[in-house]
Amino acid sequence: MQDFGDAFALAGQLLVSFDPDLREIVGLSLRVSVTSVLIACLLGFPLGALIAVGRFPGRGLLHVFVSAMMGLPPVVVGLMVYLMLSNAGPLGSLQWLYSPAAMMIAQTVLITPIIAALTAQVVADLNREYHALFQSLCVPAHRRVAALLWDARFSLLTVALAGFGRAVAEVGAVMIVGGNIANLTRVMTTAIALETAKGELGLALALGMVLMLIAFAINAVLMVTRARAVERAYV
Amino acid sequence: MSERIALSALEDTPSLPLQACELSYVVGERTLINAVDLTLLPEVITVLMGPNGAGKSVLLQLLHGLRVPTRGQVLCAGQPLTTAHRLRQAMLFQQPVLLRRSVAANLDFVLKLRAPEDRHAERNRLLGDVGLLDKARQPARRLSGGEQQRLALARVLAVRPRVLFLDEPTANLDPASTALIENVVRRVHQAGTKVVFVSHDAAQGQRLADEVIFMNHGEVLEQTAAVHFFDAPTTRSARDYLAGKLVF
Repeated sequence: MQDFGDAFALAGQLLVSFDPDLREIVGLSLRVSVTSVLIACLLGFPLGALIAVGRFPGRGLLHVFVSAMMGLPPVVVGLMVYLMLSNAGPLGSLQWLYSPAAMMIAQTVLITPIIAALTAQVVADLNREYHALFQSLCVPAHRRVAALLWDARFSLLTVALAGFGRAVAEVGAVMIVGGNIANLTRVMTTAIALETAKGELGLALALGMVLMLIAFAINAVLMVTRARAVERAYV
Repeated sequence: MSERIALSALEDTPSLPLQACELSYVVGERTLINAVDLTLLPEVITVLMGPNGAGKSVLLQLLHGLRVPTRGQVLCAGQPLTTAHRLRQAMLFQQPVLLRRSVAANLDFVLKLRAPEDRHAERNRLLGDVGLLDKARQPARRLSGGEQQRLALARVLAVRPRVLFLDEPTANLDPASTALIENVVRRVHQAGTKVVFVSHDAAQGQRLADEVIFMNHGEVLEQTAAVHFFDAPTTRSARDYLAGKLVF
């Protein structure tokens, strides 16, 4: 077990030297989380908009279901994806278990309901404002949805980044389906958990700092983007 | 409904006269519109007047198909109001609803729906008509109140409506913006569009109206030539209203 001073010194060294192991872990984390967020946005934005403006039987039930899924425990998601991808599961033939693809699936399942539910709220608010205009102009449903999603783009950016924050900080599900295999499925959170358990705090601290840095960078980008949007009255 | 509707494809849909037949609209226990019968002819600018809560805006929304009547129906050239008719109608609301985009993009949204031959030229023509050509790239919601309403007017004109409903569009606007909107409305009418204008302002009614419909308590009390209405209103409510008395 290192003392704190040594641990911080080693973390600093790893960060300054841009250590290859650190680089690989950070790179994989970003690749998995960004891909998951993109897929979740592709699914969640239209689903949320459909819940917000659609008029179809079962819409209320779907809304309740999606909202309930926001609170899904990550380990349960990990377990479900594990069962699907294991050799005995329906998708076993893909041989994706313990691969980045499995981690992307788990994160996508985890954050799609978050993105869909938050999108539904954002789009419903905007739809209340636009409804009479759309009705008056006889705007077809798919054009309404497209217009609402486009005009809510700055709020939806916040939604996407909330999803990214959830994905990149996730540990339980990716540990189960990824297996935390070095040089293959080890991401920042699983590496931090492992290194801490081993008492090797240097790498854990360095990864923790990178994770914090990413969180700060995301929030900075978000604040600047929103400020520019507010200036133009686009939010 | 197809995504884009070519304006030329709509030319053959007759829209006028516009008729309300025994039109009623009830919400809960309240009758907002009570058995209204009227015919709106194309040749005149019709101004709907009456005190607050008279049912003017609700009647406008019923005629435009934004609300479904409880009883009665709206007829366009003798046919029940359909989407084909509504595509040749447009409504300007008291509070302009602008998309969170630039001035030009607000117009493009409608022009793309209606697919005119030369969208760019059409956009510039409309912006020129309402004096906003130099503000095309500005965020729409950063315009002044008067400019926002002028943009909303340009946007409804992009529909090239046969019937244009205006629901107190100049309430709270400065005189310059009011004058500009009234001038555009007159030009649109002269070009063949039926104009139905809701106003609280008797002076505005005198400036614009060829015909006045006076309402109170959800009923049409008078439908007459503007000259007759302002000179010799036949109902006591209308006389009190024009005299500036409180009408309940």
